[in-house]
Amino acid sequence: MSDLGELYQQVILDHNKRPRNFRRLEEANHRADGHNPLCGDQLTVYLQMEGDVIRDIAFHGAGCAISKASASLMTESVKGKTKLEAEQIFEKMHKLLTGDPCALVETGGLGKLAVFSGVCEFPVRVKCASLAWHTLRAALEQIKEAVSTE
Amino acid sequence: MIRTNEIGAPPGLLKRAAMFDVQKIRQDFPILNQKVHGRPLIYLDNAATSQKPQAVIDTITRYYLEQNANIHRGVHYLSEWATRAYEESRLKAQRFLNATDAREIIFVRGATEAINLVAHSYGLKYITAGDEILISAIEHHSNIVPWQMLCQTTGAILRVAPMNDQGELLLDEYERLLGPRTKLVSLVHVSNALGSLNPIKAMVAMARRWNARVMVDGAQAAPHLAIDVQELDCDFYTFSGHKVFGPTGIGVLYGKREWLEQMPPYQGGGDMIISVSFEKTEYNHLPFKFEAGTPHIAGAIGLGAALDYVNQIGLDTIARYEHDLLAYATEAVAAIPGLRLIGTAREKAGVLGFVLDGVHAHDIGTVLDHAGIAIRAGHHCAMPVMKRLGVPATARASLAFYNTKEEIDALVQGIYKVKEMFD
Repeated sequence: MSDLGELYQQVILDHNKRPRNFRRLEEANHRADGHNPLCGDQLTVYLQMEGDVIRDIAFHGAGCAISKASASLMTESVKGKTKLEAEQIFEKMHKLLTGDPCALVETGGLGKLAVFSGVCEFPVRVKCASLAWHTLRAALEQIKEAVSTE
Repeated sequence: MIRTNEIGAPPGLLKRAAMFDVQKIRQDFPILNQKVHGRPLIYLDNAATSQKPQAVIDTITRYYLEQNANIHRGVHYLSEWATRAYEESRLKAQRFLNATDAREIIFVRGATEAINLVAHSYGLKYITAGDEILISAIEHHSNIVPWQMLCQTTGAILRVAPMNDQGELLLDEYERLLGPRTKLVSLVHVSNALGSLNPIKAMVAMARRWNARVMVDGAQAAPHLAIDVQELDCDFYTFSGHKVFGPTGIGVLYGKREWLEQMPPYQGGGDMIISVSFEKTEYNHLPFKFEAGTPHIAGAIGLGAALDYVNQIGLDTIARYEHDLLAYATEAVAAIPGLRLIGTAREKAGVLGFVLDGVHAHDIGTVLDHAGIAIRAGHHCAMPVMKRLGVPATARASLAFYNTKEEIDALVQGIYKVKEMFD
């Protein structure tokens, strides 16, 4: 049986209630939209890139606790990182969220993001947690079409 | 079903309502007797699909165990038996809708296929550029997209009758949108997202003045209220088997014979023909003209058993019981602080939609699921309704006659747990 507390960890509930970097970033030179129409999750990721470095990042939109907390924690984890470093974190997150079996997945170096380790027990919620990350990648790559993880 | 203008019932009905024993009814549904996440299952997702009584399960099992054969062609015992059972189900569907003629009952996969059938067969023959098709703001995607596709093909124009904030259609606006160009009107009987019960009889009468055909999507009405297509006077009516306690993959399209006779086949194949040569094919009579290929025989027979089961309880009894249950649920849920009901039409059936301040519908759904409570969260295949009401998604509890007040109490407790968690 999957435990509800594994999904909605305190850190996630906290970031849902008080999302960090939750605003429209006026100085953004990269942005992308993410939309999961079945869920109704919708967000925009804003980046202020300085060369290869994510100088600032913010997001805005509406969604479930998992998608919102994921976006919030994502902004904290990649701020100040290079594009390559951000992509490396993305890869680890991807493994964490889709890992099978969950327990064997290497989550080292993810820090607070490890709170999403419970998500893979809830297959229908994986797309919620990954939406922000796919949107970040789209922003980095300057992809214009809205991304979806549904 | 809530009917505000109801003034007492005949004594016979009251007697039958008094005899309705929900605990006894629940024993007919084996799936309800199980635990989910360690808690007794509370199934409140009936608008998505209903559970099946033992009688339906047994009928389908017996069919495959003892009676399976193809229909309308065999000369052997089993084929004759299967043909008879399949056609008896058609008669049951005819009686269920009070159609005048069994040839007006076409078996389809479900309401979606029925609407597509009418859009293709009737639509492509009779709708041309500049004609108008009128639907409403509270339609399911299945009653929007087939008409959009028809409009793209023919150059016809899709019009949409608006609703108010309660989820009721604005009849004045609807009437204004009807006109000499309106060739076809397609309306939902009961909204799946909001539960609104539309005054179909009056709406059909209005369309009649312009000689427009009317199709009614009864997918959410058939499980909750008695349907009489002669009284409604609609040209087409459809419902899905799986929402009336029957199997998936089977449904019914009713069509007035005068239209069905004139309409071309929807699909070509076996069973829909009288004779075939490479030069010419002669199509079969109604209803077989619209039933190409081997149909879902087990499904049709299972649907017959489901209609028998529902009739045995009586749709009036069901409507009365559910009316009380929905009123009870509405009051209990509406009293929760920070909760807003979505869909508050005066006349409703079976559906309780809501949103909760600061909590997304999916989180409500996940937390309730862990309390053993199955609801639906999302846009309910009615994105225009969500957009109109300005919500990205709603939580929806939808009722059947096997649900109880105790289950509603558990739902309310569950919602309080959600609030506590996300507070």
